[in-house]
Amino acid sequence: MLAVEDLITEYGPVRAVDRVSLRVAAGSVTAVLGANGAGKTSLLRTITGLVRATSGVVTFAGEDITALAVEDIVRRGLAHVPEGRGVIAELTVAENLRLGGLWRGRDAAPVEEMYELFPPLRERSNQPASRLSGGERQMLSIGRALMGRPQALLLDEPSLGLAPRLVAQIMGMVRRLADSFGLAVLLVEQNARSALSIADRGVVLNLGRVVADQDSSQLAADERLRHAYLGF
Amino acid sequence: MTKFIDLTLNGISTGAIYAAVALALVLIWRATRILNFAQGAMLMVTTFIASGVINSTGSYPLGVGVALLSGFVLGAVVERVLIRRIESAPPLNAVIVTLGLYTLLVAIAGMIWGNSPRAFPAAFSLRGYNVGGTTLLFTPNDTFIVLVVLGVALLLALLFRATSLGLQMRAAAFAAEVARLLGVRVGRMFTVGWGLAAVVGALAGVLVAPSVFLGPNSFDAILISGFVAAVLGGLDSPPGAVVGGIVLGLALSYVAGYEGSALVPLAALVILIVVLMIRPTGLFSAARERRV
Repeated sequence: MLAVEDLITEYGPVRAVDRVSLRVAAGSVTAVLGANGAGKTSLLRTITGLVRATSGVVTFAGEDITALAVEDIVRRGLAHVPEGRGVIAELTVAENLRLGGLWRGRDAAPVEEMYELFPPLRERSNQPASRLSGGERQMLSIGRALMGRPQALLLDEPSLGLAPRLVAQIMGMVRRLADSFGLAVLLVEQNARSALSIADRGVVLNLGRVVADQDSSQLAADERLRHAYLGF
Repeated sequence: MTKFIDLTLNGISTGAIYAAVALALVLIWRATRILNFAQGAMLMVTTFIASGVINSTGSYPLGVGVALLSGFVLGAVVERVLIRRIESAPPLNAVIVTLGLYTLLVAIAGMIWGNSPRAFPAAFSLRGYNVGGTTLLFTPNDTFIVLVVLGVALLLALLFRATSLGLQMRAAAFAAEVARLLGVRVGRMFTVGWGLAAVVGALAGVLVAPSVFLGPNSFDAILISGFVAAVLGGLDSPPGAVVGGIVLGLALSYVAGYEGSALVPLAALVILIVVLMIRPTGLFSAARERRV
């Protein structure tokens, strides 16, 4: 579904993503793990075109999307939930949701479907997104991304700043999205333990390079990797 | 008492024009965080175009229609050709570019239409209403101005609140990167925003032209008043622009009526300074952090 080949991203003299290759199949979750500054967010931003790749290729559903504009990549069915949740605080919950499906026109998911998926959003529908709690914001940003009925979902640190109970909820939901909707999920996380608990595959980045790309259970069992790069 | 009523009605009419100019400035500020110093020159050009069409066809509505259309085209072209290139540049670049555009448009207008002020027709009579034998300063044309500006403000509110285009424009203005990630064509929204702002400016031009005469520099003072009104209401707030325009119009009308018209420019600047000192975000703009 989503494939990255030899991707390099540079900010001036700094190489943030260094020859990264990975694949995410439909209905699976791939976790990208690593410490701060490992290049995780840069990788996601390069895949969705927010940052231009220096070299390498990103293909989505068999199409080379490396040079496409962000809007065109999104319109091909690749949704990106950015770090910090990215809800538009000035818009209401309902407006945020509606915005996510506008490009799909009549094929967008009904807002009601998102309220069923994320019940706490229903009673907040007419409130500005600025009034939501951290967990609700995360639900809103994921729900908004789903409004366009994407085929792939890129999640950047969805557990950031959330209480452990909410982290478990969000992770469980991500797994269900992959299983129920057949989504290809690329999950960037610092919380490696939580991410590996739901992922099919784990990719560990260090200083922009892939240092491990394994089945998640193998990765979780590799004590050397866990201690060196994952902090547990 | 008659004088007070006269000044109040006159203030509302003048304020409506300030409101239209303020709306044009606010629409652009919200979308691109740029203060368009060329707004006065842009509406001058479209008013000259309206004047040409009216003179050659005799049709006022056609002239206004062409002015609005040319305003949209001018605003869109300015955004695509000039502003798009400096979107990510330091704010001073935008100041220089819009000031340069102002100079360019004024010079071109002088070359094409000359520098002598010319009359511009009003939509309706400029004779004041007669109430109980007393002739008021307020005219049928003033009524037209107030209704048109309020109507435009209402239409803009509907556009932003009740349409998909308006939702995308607001999203692009509030959080451009997030909007892009939701498939919104942000560049197109900015172009539409500049076009719409120029339409509102063009409207302000044809509404005010009958009372200031038409020349390359005729609208400079109006731009300053519009700017004060926008700051007064809050640069982020279209409703604030309308209220700011009316409040400023009333204040300046009372100053002109009771203290003399020579004090009007000074009063406008005093109001600007007081607002900036007491409530820099304006009366209607919610102060909030913004990632830049």
